[in-house]
Amino acid sequence: MGDQSDRSTAEPLEFREVTKRYPGASKPAVDKLSLEVPAGEICVLVGPSGCGKTTAMRMVNRMNEITSGDILLGGRSVKDRKPAELRREIGYVIQHIGLFPHWTIAENIATVPKLQGWDKARIAARVEELLDLIGLPADTSSRYPSQLSGGQRQRVGVARALACDPPVMLMDEPFGAIDPINRERLQNEFLRLQAELRKTIVFVTHDIDEAIKMGDRIAILQEGGKLAQYAPPAELLMYPASRFVEDFVGSDRALKRLALQRVRDIDLWKAAAIRVGTPVTEARAELEDADVPYGMLVDENGRPKGWLSDRAMTGERVTDDVRSPAHPIVELDDVLRDALADLLSSETRYGAVVDKNGSLAGVLSLEVIQHFLHAAPAASPTGADLISE
Amino acid sequence: MIGLPIAQLQIEKPGGADDCVSSNGFCPEWIAENIDRYWTPLLEHVYLTVAPVAIGFAISLALASMAHRRRWLTGPVIAISGIFFAIPSVAAFFLLQPLTGLGYTTAMVALVSYTLLIIFRNITDGLRNVPAETRDAALGQGLTERQVLYRVEFPMAVPEIMAGLRIATSTTVGLAALAVFAGAGGLGAEILVDKRFKSNVVVAGGLAVLLAAAFDLMILGAQRAMTPWRRSRA
Repeated sequence: MGDQSDRSTAEPLEFREVTKRYPGASKPAVDKLSLEVPAGEICVLVGPSGCGKTTAMRMVNRMNEITSGDILLGGRSVKDRKPAELRREIGYVIQHIGLFPHWTIAENIATVPKLQGWDKARIAARVEELLDLIGLPADTSSRYPSQLSGGQRQRVGVARALACDPPVMLMDEPFGAIDPINRERLQNEFLRLQAELRKTIVFVTHDIDEAIKMGDRIAILQEGGKLAQYAPPAELLMYPASRFVEDFVGSDRALKRLALQRVRDIDLWKAAAIRVGTPVTEARAELEDADVPYGMLVDENGRPKGWLSDRAMTGERVTDDVRSPAHPIVELDDVLRDALADLLSSETRYGAVVDKNGSLAGVLSLEVIQHFLHAAPAASPTGADLISE
Repeated sequence: MIGLPIAQLQIEKPGGADDCVSSNGFCPEWIAENIDRYWTPLLEHVYLTVAPVAIGFAISLALASMAHRRRWLTGPVIAISGIFFAIPSVAAFFLLQPLTGLGYTTAMVALVSYTLLIIFRNITDGLRNVPAETRDAALGQGLTERQVLYRVEFPMAVPEIMAGLRIATSTTVGLAALAVFAGAGGLGAEILVDKRFKSNVVVAGGLAVLLAAAFDLMILGAQRAMTPWRRSRA
């Protein structure tokens, strides 16, 4: 059933008052956790160590047993399923990956298909398909895990979890053991993959930045396994529900919101684009209309050349006398946080925003960004929106 | 009692012309002519090594599988097999005679009991050295406990298990030389046929050493063949 990646399956997941109490512990590890993960979304469980996030995740495939409450997968209680059978239908990726060192990459990826009794030809075809999906050369299949780099092993771990096209995936700090540069690359790769596969994913991390980047929704847990807030990342950053959440997301939450948005997503200021030789009266009229008190000199293609000086506007026609170069120039597709950094590191207060062709599309200023941060978010952008194109 | 009549035997040295032989020296010529007399004891010795190690391995494997599920069993198994291991072999051969008589059975019971401690310990160590995350990943993919044991843990423990087999085999080759006291023959019996004749002692003893070395290489080779994943590093 549904083992083709082009017709990928996903099921909704629901935690209902889920509690986990370890024998002998005075407090529960997870306390009446209720949340719904819609099919095809990434739910990140994040929180300080000891908040029960991993325990909560592991109850989904019954690696930890539920003390009370229930978890429904596609509307069906996981408690009614045999653990081994249930686990074969749930992708499982852990921090140390846990590839089997004595099996080749192909055998590792084929773990669950083999348990499900697929025939050899089907398994071989699926392994090939998955290696292609994760971007590893086909000859990797006959190698052993010890011959691969950490990043490659991590990809194989993901491929193994995807082998039988499970409707749900559990990922416990899957990028935790990877160096920062490769981690970022793997995160982006994974988001691209997810844009295609649309799995329901429970993703555990202790890193709020990773949570903001990866999550469609974020569940912040606090000590004692209590849910502090469950919301899309932008909402979480905009309206933290408690002091705990506010502290946990950090004092730079405004910056974090900017990291979720592109320049094109916000209301830019209008600029007066003026060519050399334009009658000054016409130019002045355009300036009246603009949000910025200076005109932007543009070439015949509308590309910004520099901010016009007062002297340029004294004659009959506009000359090419500029007060300062058009710097910084940011693109509509730039991430807002990067654009802000450009703005802060330049001497002018205004950044010329250009479209794909390089022609002037508007002006970005600190005021524009401040205004955006104080307005309620129209949509709930996620890190994935920045990746998937 | 059995030792005494054997000790009085001597290899016949016809002619008396050969100085070397009559003076019980090390005589290459005599060895070349008489090497055939050692083949049967050598075969007995092979049997006295392979059978106990194989049986000991089977028992240890079964015990280790049980102790893997019920951890509390490990202590008692090691304690009991440790006691077996501590009994001097010659004493064991004599002690067992009233129960099992003279011959292979007695030798076998004693030799098997000596392999248990070594092999069992190595299997349990090997299983314990399997990283927790590998076990977790295996269970999390939906392998049953049994499948984890047979498909992941035992295969990953092969290097330790084979190391145990190598020690057990070398030890057994040595102990089997004493099986003569159980009336089980082997190269030890051949040494006792004429223990003052250097040629005899050197050949019989040397064959035991060569046998141990050969077994060791064979097991090492088998281990290499079984663990291709250990050889190929990036």
